[in-house]
Amino acid sequence: MGSERLKTPELSETDDLEPQRSAPARTTALTNLWRIKKYLYPYRFRLALLWTMVLLNIASGLAIPPLVGRAIDGPIADRDMRGLWIIVGFIALLGAADAILQLSRRYMQTTTAMAIEADMRAGLYEHLQRLHTGFHDRWQTGQLLARVTSDLGMIRRFFAGGLVFAITSIGMILIIMGQLVFIEWRLALIVAASAVPLFLIGRKFFKGYLPAARSEQDQSGEVSSAAEESALGIRAIKALGRGPLMAARFEKEAAELRDRGINKSLIASRSWSGYDAIATAAIGAVLVFGSVMVAEGRMTVGDLTAFVMLQLALLWPIEASGWVMAHGNEAMTAADRVYEVFDTEPAIKDRPGAKAIDRSEVRGELVFEDVRFGYEDDSRDILRGVDLRVKPGETVAIAGKTGSGKSTLVSLPSRLNDPTGGRILLDGTDIRDLRLANLRSVVTTAFEEATLFSMSVRENLALGRPDADEADLEAALRVAQAEFVHDLPYGLDTRIGEQGLSLSGGQRQRLALARAVVVRPAVLVLDDPLSALDVHTEELVERALAQVLRETTALVVVHRPSTVALADRVALLHEGRIAAFGKHSELMAQSPEYVDVLSAEFERSTVEEVSA
Amino acid sequence: MTVMPAKQADKHVSWRGQAESAEADRTSAEVDDAASIKELRSQSRKLLGSMIRPHKKAIAFLCGILLVQNFTSMATPLLVMFGIDNAIPAIRDRGDYSVLIGIAVAFAVVSVVKYVCVRLYIAQSAKVGNAMLFALRNRVFRKFQDLSVSFHERFTSGRVTARQSSDMESIREMTENGVDDLVLAGLNVITITVVMLVIDPRLAAVTLLTFPLMILLGRWFNKVSTLAYRRARETVALLIVYFVESMGGVRAVQAYRREERDRELFAGLNTDNRFAQAKGHQQNAVMSGGMRGIGHLATVVVLVFGGWQVMQGNTEVGVLAAFLLYMKRFFDPLNELVQFYNVLQSATSALEKISGVLDEKVEVAEPEEPRSIDHPRGELRFDNVRFQYREDQVVLPGLDLRIPGGQTMALVGATGAGKTTIAKLVSRFYDPKAGTVSLDGVDLRDLTERDLRENIVMITQENFLFNGTIAENIELGKPGAGRERIIEAAKVVGAHEFIDALPEGYDTHVRKRGGRLSAGQRQLVVFARAFLADPRVLILDEATSSLDIPSERLVQRALRTILADRTAIIIAHRLSTVEIADRVLVLEHGRIIEDGHPNELIDHGGEYATLHRQWEDSLV
Repeated sequence: MGSERLKTPELSETDDLEPQRSAPARTTALTNLWRIKKYLYPYRFRLALLWTMVLLNIASGLAIPPLVGRAIDGPIADRDMRGLWIIVGFIALLGAADAILQLSRRYMQTTTAMAIEADMRAGLYEHLQRLHTGFHDRWQTGQLLARVTSDLGMIRRFFAGGLVFAITSIGMILIIMGQLVFIEWRLALIVAASAVPLFLIGRKFFKGYLPAARSEQDQSGEVSSAAEESALGIRAIKALGRGPLMAARFEKEAAELRDRGINKSLIASRSWSGYDAIATAAIGAVLVFGSVMVAEGRMTVGDLTAFVMLQLALLWPIEASGWVMAHGNEAMTAADRVYEVFDTEPAIKDRPGAKAIDRSEVRGELVFEDVRFGYEDDSRDILRGVDLRVKPGETVAIAGKTGSGKSTLVSLPSRLNDPTGGRILLDGTDIRDLRLANLRSVVTTAFEEATLFSMSVRENLALGRPDADEADLEAALRVAQAEFVHDLPYGLDTRIGEQGLSLSGGQRQRLALARAVVVRPAVLVLDDPLSALDVHTEELVERALAQVLRETTALVVVHRPSTVALADRVALLHEGRIAAFGKHSELMAQSPEYVDVLSAEFERSTVEEVSA
Repeated sequence: MTVMPAKQADKHVSWRGQAESAEADRTSAEVDDAASIKELRSQSRKLLGSMIRPHKKAIAFLCGILLVQNFTSMATPLLVMFGIDNAIPAIRDRGDYSVLIGIAVAFAVVSVVKYVCVRLYIAQSAKVGNAMLFALRNRVFRKFQDLSVSFHERFTSGRVTARQSSDMESIREMTENGVDDLVLAGLNVITITVVMLVIDPRLAAVTLLTFPLMILLGRWFNKVSTLAYRRARETVALLIVYFVESMGGVRAVQAYRREERDRELFAGLNTDNRFAQAKGHQQNAVMSGGMRGIGHLATVVVLVFGGWQVMQGNTEVGVLAAFLLYMKRFFDPLNELVQFYNVLQSATSALEKISGVLDEKVEVAEPEEPRSIDHPRGELRFDNVRFQYREDQVVLPGLDLRIPGGQTMALVGATGAGKTTIAKLVSRFYDPKAGTVSLDGVDLRDLTERDLRENIVMITQENFLFNGTIAENIELGKPGAGRERIIEAAKVVGAHEFIDALPEGYDTHVRKRGGRLSAGQRQLVVFARAFLADPRVLILDEATSSLDIPSERLVQRALRTILADRTAIIIAHRLSTVEIADRVLVLEHGRIIEDGHPNELIDHGGEYATLHRQWEDSLV
């Protein structure tokens, strides 16, 4: 069995959301890099100023050497100390200007690049927030993290470093080429001819390097994912003593990353190495032909010297262009990876013309009409036509066997998932015709597994209603029997969640319940909200919760007969449909499936059977 | 640097809440008094040394390549000069092309040598760099695995991820870019200094006067940017912590329409990070301007002094011209190098963070002289065990408890009574502050990790599933167990039915954190995993809370068989689970207040009897 691999799986082909593992076409990679212009636009004036400074900086850098030459040929040769002072004065001024330009343009360059990177990160974050849970279930956090950190970093570095460098280099190459043509066009042809192999090598480089860089970056995301998962699951790993196993698996991923990194560099090594060599050979060729021309009297020694000296100055930009190309390639792959996320449309979003609803006008009638739901990769639906009418103010419990689709069903009213068939109506309107933000303020869901964030208790409680005041919070805490938070070291200001105090399962669940209660929604959806509570606490919570439920429509997933007491009616979910619907006592009398799922007798009989 | 300006710190407290201690999210090496910072520096140097050591030969080889490369680079202009001075007269005067041919051949050789050097260098350095990173990654991963649960709870998974992603990335960037430039520039500086000294010692001396300026500039940058980059490592870690967490909890974010607030908080961290990152780079910009300025200053001084010398007849014009050309070649690479300094500083800070992790003391450490248990009976003993998480809150004041091999014991008590703590001590997530916990008379601290985990397995409350298939997740209980045994385990705990009904059965991928399955299903998978592990001692911490009645019934039946011949500690609030126990322990504030067979306790009419009555009532 595939025990050695616990990584992003190859899911079925229909799965369009799975991170692409194939390299992008070169053109799309370029297009994606170009699409970043949207983020450059707000900085267009600053960028224009920046580029002006870059050009001035190049000019100031290039202006100094001729002045030095003038100083030597003029005042120094003429032994004119005064003249020397004047020229040197110019050089000093120009030098100071050059230094200041260099300082300020690099300062601006880096500041702007960082700002753009931060903007892109914020944009990506916002997009990720809007993506449906199905997307998040499939993408490892490490892969997303790699996009938000290292990929954006690569793009930033290219724009702040590589691109400026490339353009400066190209500028220098053009200027020098112009000078070369001016000195001796025939020799310049040799230099131009050397550009052909450079171009060919460069093209080949692009072809090989782009997919190699992509596969390395993908693997780097896998490594981050492995690191993240093993940190989150540390208790499970330690409890089983599987640290060494996890380390071995991690090593495999890391080895893959190493190999891909080496492979990428090998591709680079095969191409860049040609650059320096070809440029050097071109100098040799110019020297040989030039010498012949000089010997034949068609060129002066001075011109040949000047020509070759200029050509020497070309060496560095050509050599560096390999490096620049690599950077450019990496930025292109990074942009491609980033836009892969940007291009994923949120599956659950506002329809055009979605209506706003007012919380105060919601009666809270919730109707499921032939609701179906299935995962893309599963031909069998989990929900196969659920019909259910919840009257305003009514509390309906959902019962069913493990895996019968209860949790799926209750994720639908707040549109955390959308049904694949049928519809859900709130006060007669399809919930997909309501504004999402609106809908979720009317329908609040508390999950069975409480997600608490590393923040203060207060922040966690007020998650769904930031404007809740102290009295609201207190009331909710009372309902959920979560007053233990006052005994925490800093009361409501204590940091909880992973980073702070670790709470017990029961405590977490009570806080999550309090959080849902704080919102005071028109429709309250609770997924087995009391599973981790002891009998005594459960009873207290139920009593308080009954008050809250009286005022709202509620769907409550239940596993226990004790929790059923909260509900006015119970719906039994069986084989994807509502198999029975009615009062607990009625169902106990009529539905054998219901009895099987929820009979207290069974719980008791279990005990007797076991303890017998 | 990890101290935040007071204002920022306040801003964080408001939503992040107050942690138990300010040091909560740092390794102990990261405390920021001057001595510790210095210590951290030296540790990170040691770490770098230990990374380089296995590759000494390869690195020497790489340096050799760079020397040759440097030599060929120097040779090119010399060949040009030689060619112009000798080949042309030979042709013109004697029609002798041999010199020119010689030059052509020399150029061909130089080109080939350059090609070979560059190619070898890139390939070899990639191998060394990646191998170094590979070793470091594994070291850090293993270290995190060794560190105790309490460390992880303090440090958070986001920070663990940050160390292994963005910090590693910083180091990778250094190994990938510019080390060769650094070495080449160094070689270049040395060679050209020598050449300048040979050409004209006095002018060279004047040029060298700028050295102190450069050193001052370098030291300034080193000092300020160290702080800036340290801070940047910290801000990016905070960003990652927040990102990882809010993406992990994205369902809650969406369900509670928390997007806007969430975005605001992220934006705050994003901006902090942006400015922190920019700071080092801005300082670097200042340095690069400064370096340019120094270069120009040197030119001016040499021009004036040299010009004066020429006028005095002490030097030739040609010498001065050559000297100035060399000076340009001296400063140009240095200017390029300044940018690499950025990368270097960033990597150094990352290395510091990582060395902090590697030096963190393992609180729950492997024994130096382990003892082994040959035929474990599974007898657990607590001898006067004291434990507290925080100084002021003693959880277990002094517990004495003996659980004979094969006994199933249930722990009952209110939240905070110490039930989970007992479970965590037995599975050695923590060590007791005083007293001993022993298995068959052997202190748990004297057992190897391997022996301990083979004998004691705990099913935790969180039902953690790893990314992978269901079969893979069950198999974690006993790696290498075949498909048959996996299915058997699933059948025993009653998970087979639902697994079999999934589209790809046991090969169904559970998705991130088991998002494909319901809480109850996850619990069953975890159960199957523990069953497959087949330990002497099994600890169930609220392991059945999410199960529905039919599933629980199956699990109860299974437990009866599973637990028959092994020691078990059960923590459950459902008394249906508790009642399969041979013995019930009622805890209050870490002390045992009732101890006996369930039926005995019911008759006895104490705390347990009350709980039992409440439970009975709840069933009606």
